[in-house]
Amino acid sequence: MTVLALDNVSKRFGPIEVLHGVDLALEPGEVHALIGENGAGKSTIMKILGGFLDPTAGQVLLDGQPVHFASGPQAEAQGIVVIHQEFNLAPDLSVAANVFLGREAGAWRLDHAAMRDATAALLKRLDTSIDPDARIRDLSVPDRQMVEIAKALSRQARVLIMDEPSAVLTHREVGALYAQIDRLRAEGVAILYCSHRLDEVAHLADRITVLRDGRVVRQALRGELTEDGMATAMVGRELQDFYPPKGQPGDAPALEVRGLTVPGRVRDVSLTLRRGEVLGIAGLVGSGRTELAEGLVGLRPATGEIRVEGRPVAIRSLRDAFAAGLAYLTEDRKEAGLLLDKGLRENLTLATLERFGAWRLDTAAEDAALDRATREFDIRAPRRDMLAGKLSGGNQQKLLLAKVMLPDPRIIIIDEPTRGIDVGTKRQIYAFIRKLAAEGRSLIVISSEMTEVIGLSDRVLVMREGRLAGEVAGQAMTEDNIVRLAMGVTGDVA
Amino acid sequence: MKIDLHTLGPLVALVALVILGAALNSAFLAPANITNVLARSAFIGLIAVGMTFVITAGGLDLSVGSMAAFLAGIAIIAMNAALPGMGSNWGTILLGMGVAVLGGIAAGYLNGALVTKAGIEPFIVTLGTMGIFRSLVTWLADGGTLSLDYGLRTLYRPVYYGGIGWITWPIIVFALIAFLGEWAMRHSRFGRHVEAIGSNDRVARYSAIDVNRVRLLTYVLLGVLVGLAVVLYVPRLGSASGSTGVLWELEAIAAVIIGGTALKGGRGRVWGTVVGVLILSLIDNILNLADLVSPYLNGAIQGVIIVLAVVLQREKRTADER
Repeated sequence: MTVLALDNVSKRFGPIEVLHGVDLALEPGEVHALIGENGAGKSTIMKILGGFLDPTAGQVLLDGQPVHFASGPQAEAQGIVVIHQEFNLAPDLSVAANVFLGREAGAWRLDHAAMRDATAALLKRLDTSIDPDARIRDLSVPDRQMVEIAKALSRQARVLIMDEPSAVLTHREVGALYAQIDRLRAEGVAILYCSHRLDEVAHLADRITVLRDGRVVRQALRGELTEDGMATAMVGRELQDFYPPKGQPGDAPALEVRGLTVPGRVRDVSLTLRRGEVLGIAGLVGSGRTELAEGLVGLRPATGEIRVEGRPVAIRSLRDAFAAGLAYLTEDRKEAGLLLDKGLRENLTLATLERFGAWRLDTAAEDAALDRATREFDIRAPRRDMLAGKLSGGNQQKLLLAKVMLPDPRIIIIDEPTRGIDVGTKRQIYAFIRKLAAEGRSLIVISSEMTEVIGLSDRVLVMREGRLAGEVAGQAMTEDNIVRLAMGVTGDVA
Repeated sequence: MKIDLHTLGPLVALVALVILGAALNSAFLAPANITNVLARSAFIGLIAVGMTFVITAGGLDLSVGSMAAFLAGIAIIAMNAALPGMGSNWGTILLGMGVAVLGGIAAGYLNGALVTKAGIEPFIVTLGTMGIFRSLVTWLADGGTLSLDYGLRTLYRPVYYGGIGWITWPIIVFALIAFLGEWAMRHSRFGRHVEAIGSNDRVARYSAIDVNRVRLLTYVLLGVLVGLAVVLYVPRLGSASGSTGVLWELEAIAAVIIGGTALKGGRGRVWGTVVGVLILSLIDNILNLADLVSPYLNGAIQGVIIVLAVVLQREKRTADER
């Protein structure tokens, strides 16, 4: 018995039709994965199901009856809960206050104790140690995600729609999330799960719907579609090797770091990056990978010795790092990488404005730089005067890469190169990274995606609790070895 | 070139006001009246141009009215004190001008340093310095009025009342600063950095912009412009007291907002600010010339205009989004 379904639904924004006759049925006790490249129409489907958008044609069916939700909260009252990719939490309120936001317990006086206890019970079920009294602002990003999930659980959902819930979670938290999904499935909840991680789709989903350009191109049951098959269906063409072939790094050291310490975050890290090398850095979220990178480029106070091509350099600010030929691409594209409410040109040249005119900014030169970047990094923008925030995630990432490459750095540190972007763009980014290495530049790639760090790197350093836990290269570069180092497990015990 | 009604709104309102003013009273378009309106706009105008940069960078300065009173006070005291030694000449007046501008730099630096180096909210910092400057000038005047020496006042007068033809010096200075400000916001690295910081200061920091230095500079720039406004204001009345420049900060902020600069920062329009200043002074002028509405209702009408301006400029939501 289908709970919630789309019947021949189309959606049009102005002249552009983004969904064409989509059928989708969510069954109780089933995890239904929705996959597709960015722009395929996944978010539009989620918004229609969650009551945030109306279809232009076709119907939404709840228990077989056509329904029309006037708003998200109205859909929620019917037991349809959406966990958005962007968090929907009030940062200054406590965890418990957020979980009960809009349906607080107590008549006149808020029943704080009841809300706290109920929240604590929910969080315990999720196997986390988050304090119900903590302010959201003080929580890490993965913890906030767990609070979002707890909030959804507390709403007694019949239908749960999840948009990339695992993107920001650590290994252990992903385990807890899967356990909760299994539990909800057993309780008869219908779950729609959107993800870019095909391994997790293969693991979780009972049913898979593949979307391409606003059409359903494939529906399959568990086991009918391999990861390769999913990727092929999404892209619409055969994928050859997903990762570009590795190169031949030179012997000359490009960057030597001795005893780098970022107080409270990174302790005594030494590493050598060779010319033309792609050096991976793996480790759990919170192991100090990002802090190491930010310490290196002067975004955090750090001590230690840094040599670039044999010459010692002092880096106290990002400016110094640029001068030494270093560049850093942040993991936080939306909050630290791009000005989402500014144009493409302003974003591209922001870090290198002194190259575009001494007094008066040379807009023509900036436009020329944008043209070059658009070609070189294949940035697909419908209009060149559009805002950066209106680009798809993949194109934002390409724009950010172009911005970071504008000072022509010799050493590039890329933090999470493909977070939240689609398969097609991922492959492009991998190819760019390899191309940069082939040009004789040296790269450090920080990634939480095991397959990515292995597929892309010539060598992988693993961090744990602010220190280097070890290095793997060649045949030893396996997921198993990296996880062992990251978790601090030694010996051959499986 | 795309025509953007959000951007042109204030300009349309200004043109409408001019037409209304001309229709209500024939004296409105007389050169003397226009000179008067523009010259009076110059004080708030200079300050509002500086305020545009502060607000665009995500800051706020409530202290400018009190700062103007304080700077006028110390400039008058300095000139009166130098009079016996230096005599009644332009040297003494230049000294007073120097005191006003240097004092403006120091006061702006104080505000900026408290915001950036001590990391205190701009609202709190400038609420504090607003009280301090106001209290200092009242204390210096001993609760009364600080008056410039009569001879010096006569010598200094043409700086406000004189000019080239009917275009007086305040109008010339205001036009020049407005032009430079607009140019700096649109075409200079500084302006781009100011907008970037107001839009998202973390992105700015990760783009190798010295965020604190740029923020500090916006407050110093505003201080300089307050000093310049004082240089033009002192010859008008030749005095300063505890009630000089009261509510100037709110008028300046209102002009910035009417002009289309976002109060949360990130988008600055200096020419819009100029239009905003002119709208506010024209309303005042028209009410004084026409008998239609009591001039006592000036504040109410300005209030309506401010709210209306923000409502009209609000980003249009996507019709589909709920």
